[in-house]
Amino acid sequence: MSVTATASPPAAASRPGLGRLTVTELKLFIRERVGPIWGVGFPLLLLIIFGSIHSFNKPQKDFGGATTLEIYVPVLIVFSIAILALSALPMVLAGYREKGILRRLQTTPMGPVRLLTAQLAVNFAVTVVMVIVILVVARLGYGVALPKQLAGFAIAVLLAAAALLAVGLFVAATAGSGRAAQAIGTILFFPMMFFAGLWVPIAQMPKLLRYISHGTPLGAAVQALQGAAEGHWPHAQQLLVMAAYAVAFGLAAAKLFRWE
Amino acid sequence: MPAVIEVQNLHKSYGDTVAVDDVSFSVQEGEIFGILGPNGAGKTTTVECVEGLRRPDRGEISVLGLDPQRDRAELTQRLGAQLQDGELPGRLKVGEALALYSSFYRTPADWRALMDTLGLADKSSTRYGKLSGGQKQRLSIALALVGNPRVAVLDELTTGLDPQARRDTWQLIEDVRSRGVTIVLVTHFMEEAERLCDRIALIDTGRVVAVDTPAGLTERVQTEHRIRFQPSVPFDDRLLTSLPDVTSVIHRGDVVVVTGNDNALNAVTSVLARNNIVARQLRVEQASLEDAFVALTGRHPESEQHARESRPGQN
Ligand SMILES: Nc1ncnc2c1ncn2[C@@H]1O[C@H](COP(=O)(O)OP(=O)(O)OP(=O)(O)O)[C@@H](O)[C@H]1O
Ligand SMILES: [Mg+2]
Repeated sequence: MSVTATASPPAAASRPGLGRLTVTELKLFIRERVGPIWGVGFPLLLLIIFGSIHSFNKPQKDFGGATTLEIYVPVLIVFSIAILALSALPMVLAGYREKGILRRLQTTPMGPVRLLTAQLAVNFAVTVVMVIVILVVARLGYGVALPKQLAGFAIAVLLAAAALLAVGLFVAATAGSGRAAQAIGTILFFPMMFFAGLWVPIAQMPKLLRYISHGTPLGAAVQALQGAAEGHWPHAQQLLVMAAYAVAFGLAAAKLFRWE
Repeated sequence: MPAVIEVQNLHKSYGDTVAVDDVSFSVQEGEIFGILGPNGAGKTTTVECVEGLRRPDRGEISVLGLDPQRDRAELTQRLGAQLQDGELPGRLKVGEALALYSSFYRTPADWRALMDTLGLADKSSTRYGKLSGGQKQRLSIALALVGNPRVAVLDELTTGLDPQARRDTWQLIEDVRSRGVTIVLVTHFMEEAERLCDRIALIDTGRVVAVDTPAGLTERVQTEHRIRFQPSVPFDDRLLTSLPDVTSVIHRGDVVVVTGNDNALNAVTSVLARNNIVARQLRVEQASLEDAFVALTGRHPESEQHARESRPGQN
């Protein structure tokens, strides 16, 4: 029998493994292509298209003097978060379950919970990089000012990502297969993006829709981001809405998640 | 010798399906212990309880003195498991998978050496999705061993391997055992069980039918020997039926089939020799592990060729 076996606590040995696991998941994320293309490439392409439309660069009375492009930068940011959280994440996790990868991890010291951690870390990291890229391209390419309330902007981004990733985890927890997860994620994507103002800016929505939008995670996110861009600290209500989604769906996902 | 795995009165049901209905056995240190039985017998369920993947409804399990449920974290360091089915991400490369999984353990094996031994060295940068079925299986075996486990539980070790790969894998398992690792092997292949296992638990419909050495199992059903040959000249059957060790003599075309006890062969050959009869193509059929399997479970084991064809039709 092995004598070294009880020498060190298991957690100490698995920490380097967690780093490698996260790096491996990042590589797979890139190789999988859905995330990079739709979550990063597509919003950037939209930014470039919108930026090239002459009228989008003119201040609008409806937007209190902001340009249409300035209004759309936060929408594109949440678009990217929504793709990552509602499409890429559930598909990957439900696929892992379907293929027995989560069960295989259950037989190792790493365990499947840490795989979820690694996946969330990858998605947060990609979100942060993507936000920076969008802000820099908008600034350098089209003269959109950087957010004036930077800390508020960062907090809104992280809360929006947390809320949406929690919803994505919930979808992964309840969907039977990778394909089902992707279908559910797509069905959720469109109404969420509608209320985030992808088609009609929130400011121009009829009162009822605007009211609903405030209660959706991405509606609240876009409002908070737009406010922070203009220099205001996000409203407590906006942050609370996002935090509530993050906690409620996170807990539900934790309760319902099946490893097989 | 201390018991490395101790299973006592294990019960496990899935809803109305009773998968394991009172299974007990113990595995000694350094042993290769086989679990043999027809489809749906409860083999996978049993070993998954041992691995801690499933919570038993009733019964006691101890592995290296650990409780698979309570001491999961420690057990995963010391027990390597190959699951019956389980894939990897299609875009993960072989070398990456081994490096990743070896990083999970306190004292991992050298994954490059393992990759060599399993004939995967030239596949190091091939994606999992591009591997053949047998290569995937070999990777799965490698992942079960990469943590340098004290106990390895291998479910359907060589299913899907070609005969050469199967022999190589047997050799690997023997090497692993010679390093003192205790091995539990779930298998359908009699040849595999006969070649590798020190002892076998024969399981049928969730119960242990017998636990014995391969030879011990075959002895249980070895009541008669059958001797076949082509005589060079016709002869009177009474020549043989008069022998006390012979129970019957039948003709099948040119071939004579004699049944009798384990002395029959001696008696028959000497009588034939005395009468100048040459026994051409003389063959003695003994009970095999397969006969034991059939006799003890009342079912035919899946042979390799039949495995795929017969599965859909079974109930
Ligand atoms: N997850 C599950 N849910 C419900 N029933 C199950 C489950 N897993 C196995 N069973 C049932 O339990 C019984 C035993 O299954 P098990 O997989 O343990 O058999 P096995 O001996 O490994 O069979 P095989 O040789 O085909 O691999 C079968 O009747 C099977 O249908
Ligand atoms: Mg099985």
